[in-house]
Amino acid sequence: MVNTGPAPKWPSPVQPSTQHTTYPAQILTSSSNLGFPISIVRKPYNDLVPSILFDPQTKMRPILMKGHERPLTFLKYNRDGDLLFSCAKDHTPTVWFADNGERLGTYRGHNGAVWCCDVSMVIIWFNVNGDSTLLITGSADQSAKLWDVQTGKQLFTFNFDSPARAVDFSVGDKLAVITTDPFMGLTSAIHVKRIAADPDDQIADSVLVLKGPQGRINRAVWGPLNKTIISAGEDAVIRIWDTETGKLLQENEKEVGHKKTITSLAKSTDCSHFLTGSLDKSAKLWDSRTLTLIKTYVTERPVNAVAMSPLLNHVVLGGGQDASAVTTTDHRAGKFEAKFYDKVLQEEIGGVKGHFGPINALAFNPDGKSFSSGGEDGYVRLHHFDPDYFKIPSI
Amino acid sequence: MAEVMSMEAIRTEAARLNIDLSGVDWNSIRLPPGEDCGIRSDDDDLNEEDSLEFDAGFGNIIIVDNLPVVPREKFEKLEGVVRKIYSQIGVIKENGLWMPVDEDTGKTRGYCFIEYNTPQEAELAKEKTNGYKLDRAHIFAVNMFDEIDKFMKVPDEWAPPESRPYTPGENLQHWLTDEKGRDQFVIRAGSDTEVLWNDARQVKADPVYKRPFWTESFVQWSPLGTYLATVHRQGAAVWGGASTFNRLMRYAHPQVKLIDFSPGEKYLVTYSSHEPSNPRDTHRVALNIFDVRTGKVMRDFKGSADEFAIGGTGGFTGVSWPVFKWGGGKEDKYFARMGKNVISVYDTESFGLIDKKSIKVENVTDFSWSPTDPIFAIFVPELGGGNQPARVSLFQIPSKVELRQKNLFSVSDCKMYWQSNGEYLAVKVDRYTKTKKSTYTGFELFRIKERDIPIEVFELDNKNDKVISFAWEPKGHRFAVIHGDNPRPDVSFYSVKGGKVSKLTTLKQKQANVLFWSPTGRFIILAGLKGFNGQLEFYNVDELETMATAEHFMATDIEWDPTGRYVATSVTSVHEMENGFNIWSFNGKLLYRILKDHFFQFLWRPRPPSFLSPEKEEEIFKNLKKYSKKYDVQDQDISVLLSEQDREKRKQLKDDWERWVNEWKRYHEQEKIDRQMLRDGEASDVEEEYEAKEIEVEELLDVSEEVIQDA
Repeated sequence: MVNTGPAPKWPSPVQPSTQHTTYPAQILTSSSNLGFPISIVRKPYNDLVPSILFDPQTKMRPILMKGHERPLTFLKYNRDGDLLFSCAKDHTPTVWFADNGERLGTYRGHNGAVWCCDVSMVIIWFNVNGDSTLLITGSADQSAKLWDVQTGKQLFTFNFDSPARAVDFSVGDKLAVITTDPFMGLTSAIHVKRIAADPDDQIADSVLVLKGPQGRINRAVWGPLNKTIISAGEDAVIRIWDTETGKLLQENEKEVGHKKTITSLAKSTDCSHFLTGSLDKSAKLWDSRTLTLIKTYVTERPVNAVAMSPLLNHVVLGGGQDASAVTTTDHRAGKFEAKFYDKVLQEEIGGVKGHFGPINALAFNPDGKSFSSGGEDGYVRLHHFDPDYFKIPSI
Repeated sequence: MAEVMSMEAIRTEAARLNIDLSGVDWNSIRLPPGEDCGIRSDDDDLNEEDSLEFDAGFGNIIIVDNLPVVPREKFEKLEGVVRKIYSQIGVIKENGLWMPVDEDTGKTRGYCFIEYNTPQEAELAKEKTNGYKLDRAHIFAVNMFDEIDKFMKVPDEWAPPESRPYTPGENLQHWLTDEKGRDQFVIRAGSDTEVLWNDARQVKADPVYKRPFWTESFVQWSPLGTYLATVHRQGAAVWGGASTFNRLMRYAHPQVKLIDFSPGEKYLVTYSSHEPSNPRDTHRVALNIFDVRTGKVMRDFKGSADEFAIGGTGGFTGVSWPVFKWGGGKEDKYFARMGKNVISVYDTESFGLIDKKSIKVENVTDFSWSPTDPIFAIFVPELGGGNQPARVSLFQIPSKVELRQKNLFSVSDCKMYWQSNGEYLAVKVDRYTKTKKSTYTGFELFRIKERDIPIEVFELDNKNDKVISFAWEPKGHRFAVIHGDNPRPDVSFYSVKGGKVSKLTTLKQKQANVLFWSPTGRFIILAGLKGFNGQLEFYNVDELETMATAEHFMATDIEWDPTGRYVATSVTSVHEMENGFNIWSFNGKLLYRILKDHFFQFLWRPRPPSFLSPEKEEEIFKNLKKYSKKYDVQDQDISVLLSEQDREKRKQLKDDWERWVNEWKRYHEQEKIDRQMLRDGEASDVEEEYEAKEIEVEELLDVSEEVIQDA
């Protein structure tokens, strides 16, 4: 963990506090000429610097990326953090420059909503254009596809009998996990596929198929050292599976677990812990090895998307009311904010407004200096943090 | 024996035993009583049904006593009379009228039985004809047949009721002795009902008592806070006690829908309405007045919904609650209800009408009691197309003397607002303009406590403004009005001190539609509920300044605590989202908020009025500094304690987290080799790359040029 050190002194409209004075929560709304509203709420720590996180004057404007015609479903940065991949209910995953939001290209070929994607970490293939990485996408057209990131070429298609949802590359990118939805009498399943070193050698056979959970499996990711697969979904249970034997190793304790559908799951960079978001209006942090509940973050909305800062002890939750209720309620009623929480204290730090409609996807740049959010409104919003953001005193 | 034998087998068996079956009367065979010998009779079902009917069977029979004793020749005439009386009430069953005759004398015995089709009819007949005067000597005594047991058991000799030894009750007002001077409130969310302390210093709510399914519809505090009433299918119940909530009393009233305490919480009024069996009939309603402490029914009222539904204006239907309004302050001396052209005032000594008759007021549409004195005001609208003017009158009870009357012309509507000390009555009068096309508003102010009750007329600066809300300062001499036709109305404050209404100030263009005065006066919340989405402005009327503005998004309810120190704003389940409540200080500082899904009710526990004399209160107020010192020290202590606890907690959290992180690091190191293998020997883990990085941010904050001059 990188520590930003003691909170530096910085110009603040609030006079330094005297001891044991409680401050009311500060709410700042930026001047409207910036074109987007941002408000940051910071509960005061009794003798820490009461902080207003973002100085509206230096605030950097988020970049609005309009490329999808339908609600966003998933966002993913590549390892270097220079590319951002977005999936949406339209059929075309898109890749953007993560720095300026310029659209690089699209991956055409799917015939249904694309639910999830992952990009390989290491360069595994060499093609005529030089090296490239691999993109995997899962779609409601009952297939998962492998793509050449650089050329956009479709390399392989895994066909299923039901819609594919979550996809995730293993450490080393030699395996991929793909989940399929319950469909036409079929139960949901988790498939493990071997990814060949050469696309011409790629075969469709599964190494392993895991079945059992009721309802949709919304996310399945690899545990540490590819020894386990962690899955979560509609039945609100987090399960850990053995990738060698296919056995169910663990389920989370019922009392502490989520009460409603788990919508999202984000791993830490070292895979040691992960964060789940649920429609029960909370997000929970778990240990990947023991499935111990470490933290719970309570919010006022159903959570659709979660992300963890790789740099600071921050987590971001996004969500909002059901999309079908958006038009019938006040735009503030659903509160479609990306909410920042202190990962350790479980306290809300602030929020970033902007989307019209709920937030469906969140991703942190691996350098921790920017994050992006994808909404039901079809926009991706790319936020680069202000310098002040890094001065938020942690603990 | 248990096996079923076929008739054939029985016959052969009988032949073997030489029994002549044809001579056996099957029906004469009886099993020993209480024994079925393992044979299940196929008549069992029938018997059960029969017994059921038997239970319910006598509910529809009444006994009419005190009939004239007549000889045989007059029997038919008497029967005819009785039949005539009772068939008016309901359908008497065929052969349902039976008048026993003394066989020796041939005379009737002076009573008869009447069987109706339904128990409801029987009940009604009993109610209507009990006490019916056939003539001077024959006053009917009507009873239900089912009650006969009750009368049979009456012992012949009077025995003094056992007096139970006195057991001191719990101190039901124990909560008032809280050392920290906190207040309680009750919340209802989901199936749980919970009583909590408002621990504002510690910025949290402290649980007192929680119980799932405590009530079936709602809860209600008694007006002095002693009891918490719950409502159930069988009736209402009250709860209270020194340390926890025990059930103190039950009040049986099936299907009870609404309850209301008298202001001094001596009596409880319960209300229920029942679907009629015949859809053409009106709903029937039942009201009971219970003594809260003994649980005894003091008086009950039954009737059709129409009889109790008069009230409101403009063809308003349905019962307006409370049906009975209590007068005479906290002594609970009188209660009254409005009927068609009458006001019926009852006293609680006899639970009967005062002077045994109601006060006749043609066409009365509204009445309301003074909160402190046995005086009520009535409003009578115009009659005969304006020939007879509308009027507002004040009546004194029990003398029924009209204290004051004011005639009003071309009135469209009228509303009465009493000040909480009963010193003033403001009547808002909407009058038609000359064209009759629009209305304008004026006020009539009655100074009740002054000699001859002077009336003053006053109008807003712009009398065409629509009045959205009006509220008296509790115990004070000021009132606030929200008025205007704009989307953002104005708020004006007036004082009635010094014998004249004077305007204090007008606040322009406020997002407010409801006024909430602090119970101690001086402070007021201008609230914008519903359309304004929960805007709050905390205003100090002494200084005429805004203390704070805030918002509780979607707020539906606002309630001051009984001391006027804190305010609760809540979003109840009329909205799907945002359910929960916020607690604010009187000056608009948000102290804490609690979110609860399916949030139904928030109610502060009321406090009884202070026993201090006004002089004493004033003295305390003057020397507030002296008294407050002690509390300042306490506040300080708690604040230090809190921040200490907070620091501890943070440290704990941080330490725990460090432990996790260290463990993860250890694992991460251990698995390094394995991971490299998985990556074909590629060493660089993404995360390791970043771990090594330190962030140094250099910022140019300011550039300033200074000309340095030579000395």
